[in-house]
Amino acid sequence: MTARLRSLLPVLAAPVLALVMAVAVTTLVLLIAGDPVLLVWQTILSRPDPRNIVNIINAGAVLYLSGIAAAIGFRMKLFNIGVDGQYRIAAFVAAWVAGQAWLPGVLNTVLALLAAVLVGALWAGIAGVLRVTRGVHEVISTIMLNFTATFLVAYLLRKVAVTRGNLISTEPVPTGGRVPGVALIPGTPEEVYGLVVLSVVVGVAYGVMLSRTRFGFELRATGQSPTAAMASGISVKRMTVVAMLLSGAVAGLIGMPLLFGEYYSYGVTFQPGLGFAGIAVALLGRNHPVGVAFGAVLFAYLDEQGNKLQIFADVSPELVLIVQGVIVMSVVIAYESVQRYVLHREEKLVGAALGTDEGVRP
Amino acid sequence: MTQERRSGSVAVELAGIGKRFPGVVANDDVSVRIHRGTVHALVGENGAGKSTLMKILYGVQKPDDGRIVVDGTERRFHSPTDAIEVGIGMVFQHFMLADNLTVLENVVLGAEKRHGIGNRARQAVQEISDAYGFGLEPERRVGELGVGARQRIEIVKVLYRGARVVILDEPTAVLVPQEVEELFGNLRRLKEQDITILFISHKLDEVLAIADEITVMRRGTTVGTADPAHTSPRQLAEMMVGSELPTPSADHSTVTEEVLLEVEGLHLAGAGRALLDDVSFTIHAGEVLGIAGVEGNGQVEVVESVMGMRHPTGGHIRLRGTDVTDWSTNRRRESGVGYIPEDRQRHGLLLDSALWENRVLGHQSRAPSAKGRWIDRRAAHADTERIVEQFDVRTPGVDVLARALSGGNQQKLIVGREMSGDPVLLVAAHPTRGVDVGAQAAIWEQIREARRHGLAVLLVSADLDEHIGLSDRIEVILRGRLVAELDPRTVTPEELGSAMTGAGDRSG
Amino acid sequence: MTVIPQQERPAGATRAKAWTWPRVLLAVGVTLVAVAALRAVTDAEQIFTSGTLRTAVAAAVPIGLAGLGGLWSERAGVINIGLEGMMILGTWGAGYGGYVWGPWGAVVLGMVCGALGGLLHAMATVSFGVDHIVSGVAINIIALGAAQYLAALAFTGLPQGGPTQSPPIPSLPNVTVPGISEAALWLEDRGWFALSELGALLAAVTTSVSALTVVALALFAATAYLLWHTAFGLRLRSCGENPVAAESLGVSVYLYKYVAITVSGAMAGLGGAFLAIVAAGIYRDGQTGGRGYIGLASMIFGNWRPSGVLTGAGLFGYTETLGLRSGPASVHALLLLLGLGLVVIALWQLARRRPAVSGIAMALGLLVVWIYLVTDVVPAEFTSLTPYITTLLVLSLAAQRLRPPAGIGGRYRRGEVM
Repeated sequence: MTARLRSLLPVLAAPVLALVMAVAVTTLVLLIAGDPVLLVWQTILSRPDPRNIVNIINAGAVLYLSGIAAAIGFRMKLFNIGVDGQYRIAAFVAAWVAGQAWLPGVLNTVLALLAAVLVGALWAGIAGVLRVTRGVHEVISTIMLNFTATFLVAYLLRKVAVTRGNLISTEPVPTGGRVPGVALIPGTPEEVYGLVVLSVVVGVAYGVMLSRTRFGFELRATGQSPTAAMASGISVKRMTVVAMLLSGAVAGLIGMPLLFGEYYSYGVTFQPGLGFAGIAVALLGRNHPVGVAFGAVLFAYLDEQGNKLQIFADVSPELVLIVQGVIVMSVVIAYESVQRYVLHREEKLVGAALGTDEGVRP
Repeated sequence: MTQERRSGSVAVELAGIGKRFPGVVANDDVSVRIHRGTVHALVGENGAGKSTLMKILYGVQKPDDGRIVVDGTERRFHSPTDAIEVGIGMVFQHFMLADNLTVLENVVLGAEKRHGIGNRARQAVQEISDAYGFGLEPERRVGELGVGARQRIEIVKVLYRGARVVILDEPTAVLVPQEVEELFGNLRRLKEQDITILFISHKLDEVLAIADEITVMRRGTTVGTADPAHTSPRQLAEMMVGSELPTPSADHSTVTEEVLLEVEGLHLAGAGRALLDDVSFTIHAGEVLGIAGVEGNGQVEVVESVMGMRHPTGGHIRLRGTDVTDWSTNRRRESGVGYIPEDRQRHGLLLDSALWENRVLGHQSRAPSAKGRWIDRRAAHADTERIVEQFDVRTPGVDVLARALSGGNQQKLIVGREMSGDPVLLVAAHPTRGVDVGAQAAIWEQIREARRHGLAVLLVSADLDEHIGLSDRIEVILRGRLVAELDPRTVTPEELGSAMTGAGDRSG
Repeated sequence: MTVIPQQERPAGATRAKAWTWPRVLLAVGVTLVAVAALRAVTDAEQIFTSGTLRTAVAAAVPIGLAGLGGLWSERAGVINIGLEGMMILGTWGAGYGGYVWGPWGAVVLGMVCGALGGLLHAMATVSFGVDHIVSGVAINIIALGAAQYLAALAFTGLPQGGPTQSPPIPSLPNVTVPGISEAALWLEDRGWFALSELGALLAAVTTSVSALTVVALALFAATAYLLWHTAFGLRLRSCGENPVAAESLGVSVYLYKYVAITVSGAMAGLGGAFLAIVAAGIYRDGQTGGRGYIGLASMIFGNWRPSGVLTGAGLFGYTETLGLRSGPASVHALLLLLGLGLVVIALWQLARRRPAVSGIAMALGLLVVWIYLVTDVVPAEFTSLTPYITTLLVLSLAAQRLRPPAGIGGRYRRGEVM
């Protein structure tokens, strides 16, 4: 077995292990609750209709952005719990900017996207700056900033809102500035968001950045060992702030496919909770660009299929949340165990390869 | 425990102890006899198996073979609790103290059954402290106390639990000379109370000063005992390393006229006293300047200032005539400064990354690891293989995680990396600490070889042998100042020792 | 891990001062005078009545219990951002327990459900070495799903129940201290400077107080005693300070961590139960509204000490109440107090030669005073922001004075250390 394959196997083993665990735990819950186990799994595992597939792609793409936003921080051991606040405040500002229609057509959209990126970055940047200058841990500051964003957006929305029906929202994006969908899946009139392309671009950029660039290397090095990074000429403080800015910038994009492909304005009904789901997705995908994609699609799939539970099995769709949570929990546990196993084996291998007392740490 | 004085009877006997870890034999047929009321020293190089043996005696690890006999009864320890029960206590090299708790809380923790955690306990702690002249205040927060006091707390901890045998693991490593003297005073008072002390060290002069008996370990086994009254440091050292004592470098000098590094009036402010005060030195191309001193006298600060990891409050650093005082670490590294850090696991490696990625570390902006803003994975791979080959890093491949390598091989990888790309200056802090003799010789040879080609080296080491083996000149550092300059070809351990402790302070 | 040490504390720094009675009385006195003065110069009559304060106490209890839960866990070295999830479990437990066994059954099942969440967190972080934050996030997801799923399962079709809410929970008795209550109310009515404020405060804590509030206060006292005055507490705290040292002295670190985190969950669960039983009289989806996080904030504000958590929870509960109850004008008046307070802090910090902190505090203080002067009301959204902004400010300005457990957030594995 090559070293590469050896290191890949456990990476794949862990999620599979976690899925099995999640299915087992959920089945147990269903049994205890007296819900129809078989029917629930049949429903969840049933073949999605073309319409469902479109929804899964759309939701998955949005979740993917959220996952990558979280992953950028995680790679540096920065827990950006604030993705949620960052995307909401960014989506609000972008919606407002787009609604003002200062520029014509596509330019207006681009301006709004830039605003989203900027606002997301700034909001996350607060946590980064507080950390390097005042030593405030980013978990606490981003949690606080999440709530701050909630109330700030509520306040600002009230200030700039227009009334549509009995709901308030920002001025709708003019038709010229909307991003048309793509009829990617045959057999349904539903369309895939045009801005799904953002997820692809961000994913590729993240992957390339991480494994091929000096910046990516410095990011990973700082995450693994800040002390070694410092001794190697990497400015840990600068990396912290930059990583938070980048994470926030990507977080700013999360709401964009929704804004320009579905809602066209920011109101109280704008989809909440994407940030926390993103954290889960990033954990699931081990912060790897492909892994996160897998996690995002899995979560979107579960959400979509979960909607059928009420109709077909008379089971609350919130069951899916339990499945998702258990997956996250078991995946981190599985990685933890697998990692320990891998190290143990490598040490043994090194020892065996040398056949002396050289191999093992004293 | 009986009160009769039975000095001379055997308190602890370890017989035929063996302990194997996967791929390595840590202890093999180790036998030690420790007499009551004595200070018994266990000496040996790093990696000789001393620590493993002590962990076995303290119940942290279980031996694969052999017997532990305490007071004539054979014992099997499943945990430290068992060892504590029969009166064995251990003071670890790295203190096991909770900074935010008080002295009292630290002492009574785990032994609350003795006197509770209230006034009775406070009284008991105070009594022990007074009995041996430790001068501890039970209500002080440990975080506020210095190293010496912390060590005394550790000793009180084991005495509070009724220990009659106290194991001290490298107790002087963290102490300045005066504190060492104080510690020895404390130990003598303990001895008077018939308490047995097992003193682990590799510092021969200290061992000879305090020990009543000495057991020497090498390569996992006991190689003999020595009587301190009739043994010279040289004899002891030969027992430790097996008569392979390094001889001074026979090479003729390669020092050139070109000044490479010039440090002038370096000053670094500290909380109270300055950490560095008016430190000036120059290193020429082809020269190794050794900085010797007791740990904690400013060596770390000198190194980190030269590397740009600390920003001095005064003075200048010039590299080949260019003032680099304000340069970042990365810029200095790019200008050809290599760095072998003191703590390789914390500062030198990404333990959970592959070897080839560790090759990139610190060189992430330079060929062959990088092309502009991009990492050149293929070239980095190839160059790591070159290092593995050239520096004899024992590993199955360059995709192995750094963590899986032994300390010596990790160090060889670092040395190889820092020698890459033709550095002009190498800053080496304890380059052979904790590596086996073979790796040490290899690393020294690599440094000598590079010196022949004009490399300037700033060598910080606590090891006299290393200075004799490598340095062209030795500067002695004491309390943040350079206090003596010595010639390694003629220096004696006594001279160096007195300079390091301030006895030969040239500033008076 | 919640605060990264910025610098070494100077040697000889004094021990964190305990809350001695004179200090508490002084603090209460200063507060009363400040509030009385504020009432005198502004027209914010509602800011310190017994009615307002009673509501504030009710708002503070769930926050405080969550904070106390956080304290138990973090004192044992485990970060618990799963408090929110454990609280959610507690609300469901109370809803179901209340329906089946009545109010005290609601209390017990609420605690049990929270404790189960804690147990899960302990298993993940202690036995499997999962990162504390990660486990907390996962627990929040699981708990949200579990509560909503179980609510739909258990409450659909029950009288007055539904998929998102439980039948009404029978209420717990209220406690009034005879004599003191009447006297305090009388004093409040007199309108005497500062004395009437004292009356209002006393009346609020002696007049129709929920039995569960009394239980909560007792838990604070019990925690303070257990953790700081018993061998059990010393061992538990040692696990949070230096687990390696604790292990070397024969402390079963895993066991203590398990106990601490489970208790932590039970406390948070009780906080959730309070929301369901006392505040709402019913379980409802999304009832906690992030109070678990505010609890976490109150714990940081309270410097990981029970008395501090209580103060923080009181403060946050009070501001929550003000926004809802006494209207924007009251909060507006408080701005003046806040602004001037910050200016005082700035001057004090300047005297202690901390120009950076002083500068930030001064700028903020002047900003707040300026806002007070140019506005007439504070929008409700900003009142709700108080806990979060306060926490950020405390962490940014006073991080050096905070003393979180030293070993917090660390990964500890038995036997790997020596």
